[in-house]
Amino acid sequence: MSGLNTWINKRFPLDKMMKEHVTEYYASKNLNIWYAFGVLALVLFVNQIVTGIFLTMNYKPSAAEAFASVEYIMRDVEWGWLIRYMHSTGASLFFVVIYLHMFRAMMYGSYKAPRELVWIVGMVIYLVLMAEAFFGYLLPWGQMSYWGANVITELFGAIPVIGSDIVELVRGDFVISDVTLNRFFAFHVIALPLVLALLVVVHILALHEVGSNNPDGIEIKENKDANGNPVDGITFSPYFTSKDAVITIGFLIIFAAIIFFAPTFGGLFLEPANFEPANNLKTPEHIAPVWYFTPFYAILRAVPSKGLGALLMGLAILVLFFLPWLDKAQVKSVKYRGYYYKGALALFVISFVVLGYLGLQTPTPVGTLMSRIFSVIYFAFFLLMPIYTKLDKNKPVPERVTFEH
Amino acid sequence: MLKISKLRLISLFCLMLAVPSMAFAAGGSAYMLKAKNDLNNTESLQRGAKYYVNYCASCHSAKYVRYSRVGADLEISDDELVNNLMFNASKPFETMQASMSTDDALRWFGAPAPDLSLISRSRNPDWLYTYLKSFYKDSSRPLGSNNILLPGASMPNVFWEIQGEQTPIFHNVEVSGTDENGNEIMRTVEEFSHFATVTEGSLEPKEFDLVVRDIVNFLDYIGEPVKVKRKKMGVWVILYLLILFGFAYFLKKEIWKDVH
Repeated sequence: MSGLNTWINKRFPLDKMMKEHVTEYYASKNLNIWYAFGVLALVLFVNQIVTGIFLTMNYKPSAAEAFASVEYIMRDVEWGWLIRYMHSTGASLFFVVIYLHMFRAMMYGSYKAPRELVWIVGMVIYLVLMAEAFFGYLLPWGQMSYWGANVITELFGAIPVIGSDIVELVRGDFVISDVTLNRFFAFHVIALPLVLALLVVVHILALHEVGSNNPDGIEIKENKDANGNPVDGITFSPYFTSKDAVITIGFLIIFAAIIFFAPTFGGLFLEPANFEPANNLKTPEHIAPVWYFTPFYAILRAVPSKGLGALLMGLAILVLFFLPWLDKAQVKSVKYRGYYYKGALALFVISFVVLGYLGLQTPTPVGTLMSRIFSVIYFAFFLLMPIYTKLDKNKPVPERVTFEH
Repeated sequence: MLKISKLRLISLFCLMLAVPSMAFAAGGSAYMLKAKNDLNNTESLQRGAKYYVNYCASCHSAKYVRYSRVGADLEISDDELVNNLMFNASKPFETMQASMSTDDALRWFGAPAPDLSLISRSRNPDWLYTYLKSFYKDSSRPLGSNNILLPGASMPNVFWEIQGEQTPIFHNVEVSGTDENGNEIMRTVEEFSHFATVTEGSLEPKEFDLVVRDIVNFLDYIGEPVKVKRKKMGVWVILYLLILFGFAYFLKKEIWKDVH
């Protein structure tokens, strides 16, 4: 075995990579449960790829057969129902995990120097993930698949002059059709998963270059022992591998509970209207995107002009890219920040959740008013950030991380 | 300027609490009966299958459902399937097709009868139960019947012989709303109250309810044939994961002993 090991390592840096990324990758010993969402996202990514491959074996990407092939998977394919539910539940939980992962970064200032690139690559992953989910949602060819895709692709029509040409380019047709389904299938199963896999590697490499942040927002590399290892750091393996295993199994319990007892999650993960095949002559009573898009959908609907609404919806996502530069605070973690940032972050979370709720509902005058109020709060969080983070009275940050056994 | 006052926070929370209640107020009629069907009741499902074939299958297909699967899940033998349920098919592995052609449906009813494989998932059992019990005599409709839950439904009351005929009784209710200027006003609207019997059916109302319940149970079953099995399996999966969680937890504790 050692002979083979030497042979490989002369030709490929296997041991070197293992050391750098696993056995001798140092992370702060006080990482809490918020730091597990990256691993959980990876678990879900693998889940989506594996279940996706098996779904593709029986799914038929054609307008005439897609809906029936999904039902074939649900009824006639051995374990097909389980694979499909793992994929559909996994998609929703992917967004739950990613949103919590992003919230962790905002809570502990993980996007701040020197981790700006980790954040930006992460944001690109988030954008690609949204596209991936959007393309995938058309594939079951249900009513909500069809009309949701119709509403979202129509948004490109808001672009001046070339708008309608872009809509046609995206759809490959004048309406959502078999052609659209085929190209969305290609993007969903080949193009975007490849991009995602590559971006995940870049995200992790960028992270391992600068090292993980921690709940105190202290750079552990500034405090090293005689061997040159961080005093407050412990190696990823076996410490965090064993800790992540516990959290991952805990997460799998929740995952299994949804798959086996509530796979539609009350119509939130699988919508009732999507159990009806796509019908281009019959518009559903109420069209809403899946829950993970609804905060942005509420912002879109809050604006009377469609063009401006689409623009604001895009900006609501893009503005996140600029967080590292909008935040002027000298401290990273919310633990040592003043009340302005704490209050602002709380308001931001409230506005995101309320917008998400409003985006699911049929529009009412009161709902629209609420959407406007919370859209303003959403944007104010970012646009006023340079001011309130500068004025904030932050607490002194300790030299060493806080750790209680 | 940037200080968040307590008052603002409180008013914000009040607004948040108000959102769901406002949405509810806009929800409309609350008329919905409870199906109370039980997927574990195999006898009810067997009866449901029989009623389904008698009352639904002439017009409606359930094209994703195979007779053989129904037989296996509901403990019906192939012989019984062929003799009692399969009027539209010859081999048990065939799917449940309707007797009526789509062309005839368009000519007779103006719309094709929807496939019922997934009707319990696109609607829900309570809706189906209420819908099937809500047909009433309406001479203004082409086929002489209408439905309270789905006004203008092109489906006639297939149960008229066993249910008899009924007519809806309305009462006036005051509802609040806003006029075009946004002022709050009270309006009087007619709301459905209950049904009155016009002619008696061959079954007692309670017996009829059981027939409808069995049909809804069967529709619920064909919507997701694996539902009962899925839940049973889920218990074991979670039990297994809980044990695994225990092992992982103590392993982690052991490994982290030397971290101070």
